[in-house]
Amino acid sequence: MATLIKPENLVYQRPEAFTEFPTHYCPGCTHGVAHRLIAEVLDEMKIIDRTIGVAPVGCSVFAYNYFDCDFVEAAHGRAPAMATGIKRVLPDRVVFTYQGDGDLASIGMAEIMHAAGRGENITVIFINNAIYGMTSGQMAPTSLPGMKTTSSPLGRDVEIHGYPLRMSEILANLDGAGYIARRSLHDPKNIRMAKKAIRIAFETQVRGLGFAMVELLSTCPTNWGITPLESLTWLEEHMIPAYPLGDYKVAPGVAEIK
Amino acid sequence: MPRELLKGNVAIAEAAIRAGLEAYFGYPITPQTEILEHFARRMPELGRAFVQAESEVAAINMVYGAACTGVRVMSTSSSPGMSLMMEGLSYIMGTEIPVVLVNVMRGGPGLGNIAPSQGDYNQAVHGGGHGDYNPIVLAPSTVQEAIDMTVLSFDLAERYRTACIVIADGSIGQMMEPAELPPMQPVKRKDWEWATNGAIGRERRILSSIYIEPAEEEVANLRMFKRWQEIQKNEVRYKEYHLEDADFVVVGFGTAGRVALSAVRTARQQGIKVGLLRPITVNPFPYDVLDELSKRAQAFLVVEMNMGQMLNDVQLAVKGRVPVEFYGRPGGVVPFPDEILSEIQRVATTDLQVVSDPRHAWYERMVEYLK
Repeated sequence: MATLIKPENLVYQRPEAFTEFPTHYCPGCTHGVAHRLIAEVLDEMKIIDRTIGVAPVGCSVFAYNYFDCDFVEAAHGRAPAMATGIKRVLPDRVVFTYQGDGDLASIGMAEIMHAAGRGENITVIFINNAIYGMTSGQMAPTSLPGMKTTSSPLGRDVEIHGYPLRMSEILANLDGAGYIARRSLHDPKNIRMAKKAIRIAFETQVRGLGFAMVELLSTCPTNWGITPLESLTWLEEHMIPAYPLGDYKVAPGVAEIK
Repeated sequence: MPRELLKGNVAIAEAAIRAGLEAYFGYPITPQTEILEHFARRMPELGRAFVQAESEVAAINMVYGAACTGVRVMSTSSSPGMSLMMEGLSYIMGTEIPVVLVNVMRGGPGLGNIAPSQGDYNQAVHGGGHGDYNPIVLAPSTVQEAIDMTVLSFDLAERYRTACIVIADGSIGQMMEPAELPPMQPVKRKDWEWATNGAIGRERRILSSIYIEPAEEEVANLRMFKRWQEIQKNEVRYKEYHLEDADFVVVGFGTAGRVALSAVRTARQQGIKVGLLRPITVNPFPYDVLDELSKRAQAFLVVEMNMGQMLNDVQLAVKGRVPVEFYGRPGGVVPFPDEILSEIQRVATTDLQVVSDPRHAWYERMVEYLK
């Protein structure tokens, strides 16, 4: 394909940090966008060969197939602990985890809190789509009040299930956090802002400025039960008010990168 | 190196350092905490990694991550903490990477107590995590053996890309006795052909325990079993005492084996032809040795500090040829030599039957004994 296009006309191609493995994600899912942003950042920073990824359990369990770098596959929620083990013995490598909301904010709550608290010099990409995708649509710790899921069929009743967890706000309180930001993947402008945040999160690690996490508000058309286009609108109208976008922690050293 | 008066836990930690340990991740729990404390001081001063994790769950997953890079890494804990590590252990075994674990066992189940126990034999030897896997399991009976087995564990773990677990009774961790530490080995970071340490100038690598195709997982299970057969062939270790002419064979590992040896020696003085087999590797288990012994012995007596766990492995080896009797002290109680001596005398003078579960008769005797 690429040979048919004159180099001066080439505006879009597969990032070098990607393998040619086709992704398994559902049509309209924003995992693909998030993956691409990470790959572009790894290319721009020219760090792909010294990057080690930690894949989670959830829809992105096969993330290791798509990035052209060393990868390990963690147990559910344990990616920050595994990343800690890698980073502590290989401090000159770039280590990142890619985790969903069930993985990071439910079963892996202890691991993410303490990795951030220790100021573990790793980068975390946190996909918040307010639902368990791989197990087909159960309530997540980030599901919105009233949100219907297969395990809250009448809608999330806060009297029974409590309230959603705002991870960026929580982690930003920890001294070990160098950079914590929330972005959204629902339109081109926000996608560009998300990429910039991901770049800062990796720069934070490369410069040894502590724990960095970018929370990405994402869609799950399959389990939300609406079309991809409706999902983008739903994200904008319902998720952003509950999960305001912005930088939640920018340590002084990180502010200089920005 | 000179012999020193060493506490078991400290000796285990220092032995691991001298074997080239590059990273330690652990969590405090009695009676193994001195291991963590020794590493807390020594690892940073040597420029090596030490993290007190937020839980044993996190610790084992830090171990998992570090092990993927190919360095020598370990964690240690005690029974309840080991239970928390079973998830990670299953992943480590499924990923086929070398890891060393030490369990300084205490009384259970549940919170139990902090006294010496052998209640985790089955957890270590016959699984504990999910799925089919076989770690190498070593059982020291002295501080010196704890040192030697810790060093050996790293070699075995690397040779077979497996987890190697040292199960030390709480007493081994807590007691002091003269022992010799090995010389300091330089840290040699090997560039294993499987390690995920950054794909610089080579093809990328993936380490995972996932085989989404059942047929591939089956092949992986069979491959791991083939390796296990190799371990069974090459790595069985045990010690024999007075077995040359023994009519009666006592089998015990760790502290129970050590206490039993005193009883065996006293029984010998009384003219009873009794010997002791003390498994060093409880996994792989010395089935063949017991198989041979069962062809000439009149009866076996299994002594454990639990409700009878290794007992089943002895029965498997003896194949019902002769009676296998049991004497155990569970819950953190250490037997005295005279208790085991009474059992040896009973076995040597009673007309015993082969039964499928000798624990029932043992239970009746225990109830009587504890009155």
